[in-house]
Amino acid sequence: MPNQTIQDRVLKVIATSKRLPLESVREDSSFESLGIDSLDRLNILFDLESEFDIEINDEEAKDIKNIHEMVEGITHLVQAKTPSSSAE
Amino acid sequence: MHRVVVTGVGVISALGKNTAGFWESLVAGTSAIREIKSVDVSQIRFKNAAEIRNYVPEEHLEPKDIPFMDRFAQFAVISAREAIADAGVEWTPDLRENTAVITGSCLGGRGTEETGYWELFHNNKNRVHPLTIPLSMSNAGASHICMQFGIEGPAYTISTACASSAHAIGQAFWMVRSGAAPMAIAGGSEAPFFLGGLKAWEALRVISKDTCRPFSAERSGMVLGEGAAMLVLEPLETALARGARPLVEIVGFGMSADAGHITQPVATGPSRAMNLALRDARLAPEQIGYINAHGTATEANDRIETAAIRSTFGKHAEKLAVSSTKSMHGHALGAAGALEAVASIRSLERGILPPTANFLTADPACDLDIIPNQARKASVEACLSNSFAFGGLNAVLAFKAIP
Repeated sequence: MPNQTIQDRVLKVIATSKRLPLESVREDSSFESLGIDSLDRLNILFDLESEFDIEINDEEAKDIKNIHEMVEGITHLVQAKTPSSSAE
Repeated sequence: MHRVVVTGVGVISALGKNTAGFWESLVAGTSAIREIKSVDVSQIRFKNAAEIRNYVPEEHLEPKDIPFMDRFAQFAVISAREAIADAGVEWTPDLRENTAVITGSCLGGRGTEETGYWELFHNNKNRVHPLTIPLSMSNAGASHICMQFGIEGPAYTISTACASSAHAIGQAFWMVRSGAAPMAIAGGSEAPFFLGGLKAWEALRVISKDTCRPFSAERSGMVLGEGAAMLVLEPLETALARGARPLVEIVGFGMSADAGHITQPVATGPSRAMNLALRDARLAPEQIGYINAHGTATEANDRIETAAIRSTFGKHAEKLAVSSTKSMHGHALGAAGALEAVASIRSLERGILPPTANFLTADPACDLDIIPNQARKASVEACLSNSFAFGGLNAVLAFKAIP
């Protein structure tokens, strides 16, 4: 379940970056409800780049409206990095 | 024109995490200079500094705010909070809208910058942390003070090396005196302990490998310190009307530029700044009983400062008590002027002059009464606090005791 793993990792990055309890960060949480402002978003993007060893494009990042879209975007970038699933 | 008084002070320094601890250590003649712990100094030729030990940001600040502040900005907020509480400021919408915040810092958040550059140059990373700019900008101290206390008036930061916070307090004093602001929070903060910064000081060959011994024949250079100090300034009549307790009156500010050499001082610039502070304060030289010296313990400063004091005060120099508290709190660069202003204020209030610690034997070129090693009881009418920056930019503050 690679999607599940990526989502868990994204939620954890957000919770850690924003110093929130992990259980309060859910896939359907809005950035507003978590008190995430523009500067927090920069911090989270930075931490996501480290977590997944990816580079997130500024323009694409701007269009992300919620955590669900964030997980989709990350999944896409992670898959683009490793086109064929490598052996464990 | 208003008479301006100091109604609150706040300090965080290697000598103590509040003003009481700072002052007790000064009076006891205790030096906070020890081996540096926060940076690996194995590759640095000097090992000692005045660091704030056991500093835990969470004990002073909201956890949510900490990631947005470099250490220097944290110190600024912590000292401002103590000063505001000490003054018993009762905020009104009008007061918040017009109060000034003027801070000094030499380096700002350059420690944060170094962390980012370390990743780029040393770890071959291709990016730095997104908060690198907002954490490292030198005005972050002033901005965070404004944000923490909802202060919306004129706010800015002055960077004149070792005179930064003396210039900041002087500017704030003039703003309150002229009526441009009904109150000002002013001072400075510094956090200079990071590898690149220490290496840069090492290269200048002015840091002692021993300790800081101002005016002593054995002096071997300055010793760095860190911390912050802030003052609350307001008109005398406002302070009395609201039942506040004026600590001292701030009466004079003098500034000058040597226009000579980027690091070598001359006596004329500092002397002019002292004379201008006396004139601004309408004080006769004979009314000054104490000078908190710049007193860095470099060969050049102490000799030149002695000559400057002699040229300014003439015969009265023999009757002046002069001390350098840098011997205890280290040279906190952009925070130095503010820390020393607090030392000067307490001296007038309490009738005790802090000593020049670590003194061994007299240097004929520094032949003033420098209060060696032991604090002295002395009721002083007025005092000066000297700050002379690299680059030849001088700032002198004058304070007067409340009778």
